Amino acid sequence: MAIEVRVPTILRTYTGGEKAVQTSGGTLAEAIDALEADHTGLRDRLLDDGQVRKFINVYVNDEDVRFSGGMQTPLSDGDTVVILPAVAGG
Amino acid sequence: MRHDSLLDSVGNTPLVGLPRLSPSPDVRLWAKLEDQNPTGSIKDRAALAMIFRAEKEGLLRPGCTILEPTSGNTGISLAMAARLRGYRMVCVMPENTSEERKQLLRMWGSEIISSPAAGGSNEAVRVAKEVAADHPDWVMLYQYGNPANAQAHYEGTGPEILADLPDVTHFVAGLGTTGTLMGVGRFFREHKPEVRMVAAEPRYGELVYGLRNLDEGFVPELYDETLIDARFSVGPRDAVRRVRELIDSEGIFAGISTGAILHAALAQAAKSVKAGERADICFIVCDGGWKYLSTGAYEGTVDEAEEALDGQLWA
Repeated sequence: MAIEVRVPTILRTYTGGEKAVQTSGGTLAEAIDALEADHTGLRDRLLDDGQVRKFINVYVNDEDVRFSGGMQTPLSDGDTVVILPAVAGG
Repeated sequence: MRHDSLLDSVGNTPLVGLPRLSPSPDVRLWAKLEDQNPTGSIKDRAALAMIFRAEKEGLLRPGCTILEPTSGNTGISLAMAARLRGYRMVCVMPENTSEERKQLLRMWGSEIISSPAAGGSNEAVRVAKEVAADHPDWVMLYQYGNPANAQAHYEGTGPEILADLPDVTHFVAGLGTTGTLMGVGRFFREHKPEVRMVAAEPRYGELVYGLRNLDEGFVPELYDETLIDARFSVGPRDAVRRVRELIDSEGIFAGISTGAILHAALAQAAKSVKAGERADICFIVCDGGWKYLSTGAYEGTVDEAEEALDGQLWA
């Protein structure tokens, strides 16, 4: 089961400079565990105490996971996970 | 409608139905035309509310200098009001914003301090805080943390929508300072809690997320996530596609961020149709497209427009 994860510039030191990496898992938590196995240290940059860090946003198919099930957000084959730092607007 | 002055005419904007873009008679879309405020954007509401509060609290006196980090609209609104009420205006604005925004700011008499493109508005906020420290007598109204920003929508935008559309089921708006969604959200949580609040957040090119470290990320102090129910990230391709659809189908010429909001509103409409529910979905038209003509969003293919917007702060 392939899930594409898009990684922001600032975290590409963990992915050998790759913008997007493939992972797998039935939930976001499983996908991040699988990601950690291939890219050691990435999980700690994304999560704090098992939750997405304050200045990080994670989207599954463009929806912010904080409103769609958090770490238990279900994933299926072909889904896209986007990781972005929080930025201002206005 | 008659008003004593331009400042008195802010708000009470029209709500118009979108008969062609609405998927069915049971699932309808409604556009709140905030481009019809005096300087052409929803930010007139927040800007005026922040100035009036600061005057009331004695922070602002004639001759004062107002400082504000802005990607454009808030600065333009503040500059107009500052000119009418006798303040000097200084905006800190990222350099990757459209030329029209800079010209409009200068036209209303604002001075502009440019902040680096990389990091987008986060950098504008950082630079403005530095400038404020160097000029303790300047007044930074600080739209990201000023309760008057959200209060303007709690007292204005929210009640106007409920009066015009008592059966409203969803409200969709952009997420920048979060002021619109926080104010309208709090109003509906208190007066019609079943209304679902949907946020559409622009997703820019990589340059804008080019922070040096993650601690430079920014969440506005106003933001309270319990006041919203869903949050979508919308890229430039979908925003451009939708903004053009809005012109083609309904004749509404809106700014690019409104395309992102319409994208989220149409996603909600599709969900409601699928679930067989009735829905009256109100979304915000933040501003008109005039200020963004030079970005290339309105001409050529969608591919070309997407490429032209890469690296620009288009919302």
